[in-house]
Formats: sequence, C-alpha cells, structure tokens
Amino acid sequence: MAVPKTLGIETEFGIVHRGVDEPNPISASSLLINAYLGRRAEPGVGPGAPRVGWDFIDETPSIDVRGFTPLDAMAPEIETHLVNAVLTNGARYYVDHAHPELSTPECADPMTLVLQDRAAEHILVESMEAANEVLPEGQELIVYKNNSDGKGNSYGCHENYLMDRATPFGRIVQHATTHFVTRQIFTGAGKVGCELPFKNRFDVPFQISQRADFFEEEVGLETTLKRPIINTRDEPHADPIRYRRLHVIVGDANMCEVATFLKIGTTALVLAMVEEDCLDPSLAVRDPVRAMQAVSRDTSLAGTMELADGRRATAIEVQWELLESARKYLSEYGHEMVGGPVAGQVADRWESVLTDLEADPDSLAGQVDWITKRRLIDGFRDRHALQSDDLRLAALDLQYHDLRPGRSLFARLGAETLVDADEVRRATEEPPTDTRAYFRGRCLSLWPERIVAANWDSMVFDVEGEALRRVPMMDPRRGTKDHVATLLETCDTVDELIDRLSS
Amino acid sequence: MAERERRQRDTDIGTGSDDEVVADVATSSRAAEHGERLKHELDDLLDEIDEVLETNAEEFVKSYIQKGGE
Repeated sequence: MAVPKTLGIETEFGIVHRGVDEPNPISASSLLINAYLGRRAEPGVGPGAPRVGWDFIDETPSIDVRGFTPLDAMAPEIETHLVNAVLTNGARYYVDHAHPELSTPECADPMTLVLQDRAAEHILVESMEAANEVLPEGQELIVYKNNSDGKGNSYGCHENYLMDRATPFGRIVQHATTHFVTRQIFTGAGKVGCELPFKNRFDVPFQISQRADFFEEEVGLETTLKRPIINTRDEPHADPIRYRRLHVIVGDANMCEVATFLKIGTTALVLAMVEEDCLDPSLAVRDPVRAMQAVSRDTSLAGTMELADGRRATAIEVQWELLESARKYLSEYGHEMVGGPVAGQVADRWESVLTDLEADPDSLAGQVDWITKRRLIDGFRDRHALQSDDLRLAALDLQYHDLRPGRSLFARLGAETLVDADEVRRATEEPPTDTRAYFRGRCLSLWPERIVAANWDSMVFDVEGEALRRVPMMDPRRGTKDHVATLLETCDTVDELIDRLSS
Repeated sequence: MAERERRQRDTDIGTGSDDEVVADVATSSRAAEHGERLKHELDDLLDEIDEVLETNAEEFVKSYIQKGGE
C-alpha cells in the first residue's frame, strides 16, 4: 500500500577555485561552506546555520536493500572529518568527496521541494559571496549546478522517495527503470558532447542528459563506478520495518523549476502506483542500459525501444502510458499519498509537456533544460557559423550552470518560475512545515547552543544535569508544525522540552 | 500502442465543451506570447553574450576538471 511520499534532493555541485596554481576541491569546498557558516553566525545576519554538527550514528550506506552486500561492491565510505552542518531550514550542507553538497530537508510535496531546491541554490550563491570576501585578491570560488566536467567525471543529483517496505523490490526495479529511461525527455539538463570510453567527445554533438553516459548496470549498490540505474542502498532514515527510501541516482540537476517539479512529481506518482500494483506489468524496457543512452542521444525523440512484450515504443509513448495510469490512480486513490492537490498540477503539466514534446519541442524552452540549453547553443552556433565541436559551445554548456547571478546563462533565458522569490529566500532559513524537518529546523533556531548533533532521524540535546539525550524522529511525517508548534512555542528551555517530550 | 493513445486523445479533444475550446485558445495565445518573449530574450542574450562569456572559452573548458562524486 502506498505511503505518503516524503521527498528530498541531494545535489553535489561542481566547484572551481580560480587564481591558485594547484586547486584542491576538498579544501575549496570546505572553505566555501565554512564561509557561509561564518557569515550566518555574524550578529544581525539572522539564522540559517548554527554550528551544529552532523550525527553519523544512522549512516549505513553499505547496506544493500536486497539483503546482502556483494563482495565486489564498492560501498561508499563515510567521511566524518569534513565540514558537515545542519541548517535551520532542516537541510544538511557538507563536503562530500570533492564537492560541496546540499541535501534539502524532507518535503511532503513536489512544489515544496522545488522551493527548497531553489533555496539550496541561494545558499550556494551566498556561500560564494562570503568565500570571495575572505579570499585573497585574485582568487575566486565558482559553483556550478551540473553533473559532469565533460571529461568523464560525473557527480550526482540524487532524489529520495519514501516507500512502503512491503512493496516487492523487483516490482520497484521494473517500473522505476522504465520511468527513468524515458523521463529523460523532460528531466534531461542537456550536454554538449559525450563521455563514453572509446568515443570522441564530439561524436555526439548534443545529448539530452548529463548523466546517461555514466550508467552501466541495471541494479546495484555503487554510486561512483559501474553506476546502476536502480541504486540498492538500504538506508531508510526512518523506521526500517515500515519504510524503505528509494535512493535515485540517475537524475540530472535541473535549472528549470518546471523540470525539477516534473522529475519529482512524476516519479512520486509512478512509485505510488508501484506500491498499489496498478501499473501494466508488460511495460518494461528490454535493455534499459542501452535504451537509456539511446534516449539521451535521440534529440529527435523519434527512436523506439523494445519492451518486454515485444512491442516497440518511443520514450514519449511510454510516458503517455504512465501518465494515463497516473490519471487513473489519482481518480481511484486520490492525491493523499502523492503530495495533495499539487499532484493534479503534476499530471496536468506532465500532459502539456508531452503534448509539446510531440508537437513543438522548442516551445518548451524555459520549462525543460535540454531544450532551453539547445536553443542557446544552436543560436550561438548559427550566429557565429561554428562547427559543432567548437569548444565555445562546450563553454556555453558549462556556463549555463554557473550559479553566479552575473554569469549564469540560464538566469538570462527567462525561464518559467513556479515559486516566489521571497518564499525562496525565506526557505533558506525556515523549514517545511509538514515533515519532521520542521522540528529539526525550529529546534536549531531556538536552541542552537544546546544541540550537540542532528541527523535525519534524531537529534541530540545537551540537557541540564543529565547525560546527552537523543530524541528519535523515526517517522518523517511527525514533528510537523501541526504536531509540535505549540509545544515549541510554550517551552522556555531545552530542559522543559525534553521533560514534556518524555512525559 | 501509439495509434490507440493518439486516437484516444484526439477524441478527448473533440468532445471538449466550448468553454474548454476558449480556454485552449487563451492558453495557446499565452504560450505564443511566452514563446515570443523567450525568443527576444535569447536574441538579447546573444547580442550581449560576449560581455558575459568566459573570456577564453578553450582554456575555460580544458581547465574545468572535477573529481567524480557521489
């Protein structure tokens, strides 16, 4: 049975340190985040980033959802010594490998997640400003919201969806794979060139997805090499008896709000349908790894893939079939498990985008990243009569994702917005109200000096005259404003809070 | 599969009420306006892009090297 789709996005950003001979991305990322934390700690700047560290007690990224850990699996290692902060909006902001990474707080619907995804960009922009104030003259940190350097190195934008533990994993694999292969046509962020071994970069002048080149397996635990379409990390950050968290690693980081909205909203719908077992079992892609790359390279959108029952279908046709099922799901089961009334907006936008992809793809500039980017690149190429392997086009591709407001090409292309700029600013400090992120974020605002550490499913408080007290938050839908706002408002101290929570 | 669905959608459109038709027209003219606006913005950007672009594109692309992540 479907459970409410609690949602989140983790983005690893590209980082460049200009003006030094041997840039070190790890120290650059630390400097970037520390500069933000430092600025936020100044009097009068307001909340946002108390000096509270991450608590690693529940981190088990090497546990495989299939109940075993393959001997040759390269499980991700946890780096506990690098900067790792929790923000008052409930987000986690840290250095992961050689990148700054921001994980949004848990959100209860795709529109709130769009808001938090934009807030994450604002936090990175403010981080750059703060870092560049303290760097010596001639040095600069620059952050990119993309997923590859064009030379075979990729970094992720992962999505998280809370699911019912009782749903058979094989069923998730089948239908999620079908969706991931075909949703690229509206989630792809676009890329100049390709990054496959034994291929020249410009054998593919332009493709739909940043990430499709990097997927080599159908199912697995890895995230850094031999990447699988379905990642099996079993780390629910919630009650493991009731929940699993599907950790999705195939997606591109999106600049267009509409693309983020659809990426999250359609996937939440597909997963709820998997939980209710109401998808057509014959809808499965026969060779998904190859189909994934083929869809990404087919900007005509006309190519077909073979389905398990022998039919051939285009990615658009598969998406129409999923949408048709989603409409039926919404009329039969309602929108309660998929974000409330916003789910209806997801279905409507899904339909209008598929319609335009068939009739007039260029009209989706400002909604779909690969189309927005392609118009820019084609326009520039035509104006200057360039060859398709001209590095200026690859430069445009990179600069599309530059987060500096004065340099971002995306920011100048007039993309459609779904969330209000003032709300985005507020969301850099304030948590969503309808998940446990509310409790985490509000406690961090109210009593930062009394919180020893925090993570997704618990917080550790320093209680007067006692050992440290851990408050578990195993249900992502408890600790909401409705549940705890009155409690938090009427507690004067942490000690009183802990007393009342225990009674 | 495609034929069946497309026919289904055509039928849906054909049976829409007059209100829906009016709404469709309004939507498509809004979409056209939006399209025009985007085109102007792209033209403007292409006009002024040299001021924004990285000065040495080749060097910029070659030096943009990241470590794999995740």
